[in-house]
Amino acid sequence: MIEVKNLTKCYGKHLAVDNLSFTVQEGQIYGFLGPNGAGKSTTMNIMTGYLGATKGEVLINGHDILKEPEEAKSCIGYLPEQPPLYMEMTVLEYLTFAAELKKIPKAERESQILRVMRLTKLDPVKERLIHNLSKGYKQRVGLAQAILGFPEIIILDEPTVGLDPKQIIEIRELIRTLAKKHTVILSSHILAEIREVCDHIMIIAGGHLVASDTPENLENLMSGTGHVALETKASKEQMEVVLKSVPEISSVKYEETDEHTTLAYIESKDGTDLREKLFYTFADARIPLLTLRLNKSSLEDIFLELTQGGKKQKEAEKKLAGKEEQK
Amino acid sequence: MSAIYKRELKSYFHSMIGYVFIAFLIAFTGVYFMAYNLNYGYPYFSYVLSGVLIVFVIAIPVLTMRSFAEERKSRTDQMLLTAPVSLFQVVIGKYLAMVTILAIPCAVYLIFPLIIKTQGTAYILADDMAILVFFLLGCTYISVGMFVSALTESQIIAAIGSVGILLLQYLWNGIMDLLPTSAVTNVIGIGVLLTLIVLAIWHMTKNIVIVGGLEVIVLAGCGITYAVKSSIFESALNTFFSKFYLAGTLDDIVSNHLVDVSGIIMYFSLTAVFIFLTMQMIQKRRWS
Repeated sequence: MIEVKNLTKCYGKHLAVDNLSFTVQEGQIYGFLGPNGAGKSTTMNIMTGYLGATKGEVLINGHDILKEPEEAKSCIGYLPEQPPLYMEMTVLEYLTFAAELKKIPKAERESQILRVMRLTKLDPVKERLIHNLSKGYKQRVGLAQAILGFPEIIILDEPTVGLDPKQIIEIRELIRTLAKKHTVILSSHILAEIREVCDHIMIIAGGHLVASDTPENLENLMSGTGHVALETKASKEQMEVVLKSVPEISSVKYEETDEHTTLAYIESKDGTDLREKLFYTFADARIPLLTLRLNKSSLEDIFLELTQGGKKQKEAEKKLAGKEEQK
Repeated sequence: MSAIYKRELKSYFHSMIGYVFIAFLIAFTGVYFMAYNLNYGYPYFSYVLSGVLIVFVIAIPVLTMRSFAEERKSRTDQMLLTAPVSLFQVVIGKYLAMVTILAIPCAVYLIFPLIIKTQGTAYILADDMAILVFFLLGCTYISVGMFVSALTESQIIAAIGSVGILLLQYLWNGIMDLLPTSAVTNVIGIGVLLTLIVLAIWHMTKNIVIVGGLEVIVLAGCGITYAVKSSIFESALNTFFSKFYLAGTLDDIVSNHLVDVSGIIMYFSLTAVFIFLTMQMIQKRRWS
């Protein structure tokens, strides 16, 4: 379990991480999501003890990363953004070094290295110099190094960057296998990846935690922003008259097309589904509907909305703050 | 620690630097040995070592330049610093690996006095002591080079920085001779140096009361001591700074066949100081 409390990190005057607090429970896959420069890597570097925080503390299984670094670090396997590889070593030499560094007992060392190499499919290249490996293989060596010793917590900073689609799928599967026994934290700016792999998403923007929830809950959080797209043969003025009779509508955007039809994007006041009501209203007015479609906001919309400082960001932050208080 | 030590040692032989360093040191010593001992028949090997000292100015920086600079550049320091080993173990592991590389040519040097012995009288004890002091001096220089390497991300800058410092060491006596000897100039010099230290304290603390007080004490101390007994200041700067001429201990053995224990203690203390500074430098980077 990881507890991060009021973490702040300044680089000179630049505030990279701003008062970040969260808790990571055991046995789940956590995803750190955020645009470039949001503070994901900095947070991970602080959690693993590579960097010191300006303020705040990090507890790994109850051990403070600064006060009891060796106990805390032995619970963590870390793959930084750029895999820390010694280019002049072979894969096997490197993993042996990593195993010694992690103080894996001599008797288990060999079997562990073999197991890790099998998991990351490094067997065919184990005698080759890391310098000569392709980017994908280098990434896997970095990953192998991180999971060596099978620490309780595995932290992966953008583990799939630079890999081909097949490798990405393999690594995702590997992460899922690992998650059965370990807590995995991974960061990414790719949404599809996070949604597919993670049980819990933490969205970071500008050094703040703006949302922290399961992917489903996050989508529900934004359900209010779903809108109905409507296309009719009527003119804009006619539609305005008809739509005025529906009190649940909060806003409408019109768009006139070349084929003498009008498009309307309708948002409801409390997030209810207006499709049925709209159908009957237009039927009563004898205006035929060409299209009637509910557009639900996707995780992409949520991400953009939350990270670009919209109204929803503040709402989400409020909700988050409320949750913290309840705890 | 042993993992880091072993990896580091291996990497010196993977990258040729280890071989080049050892070959360079032995080859130079061989040439000097040939000239002094075999051609001129001088029975002391220690004399060769004091001649070879100039090689340290180039060879030690080549050995130390990559120790931390490369680690930082290739981001492998992330692996070391997030592993369950303490920073002290990381630094010591690297330091001992470099010392081991230096120990190899020094072990080869032990053969040279024996070669002299086959040709007549040899002073094996004196020569072996000289080799030991030569080795310890090298260890001190390595700690300096390692510290410089921890300051930067570029191996080239680390190498140039260390060469600069070691060259200054090499020329130390000549530079010290330029210092004035009269009491007046020395008291002014000491005053200026202490003021610089006070300014450094000002830079760290920004506390006007402490710094002002210190400066007054420094100037008054210098003035009063000068008024009471001006003779202490004669050549004071020269005497003080000559203590930092590290190769002096080796010179003592070469010219007088005396081992200056205080010099050896100086080596150990400076090594400890620079290992400590290296650790501080790495810590500082984590926090800034």
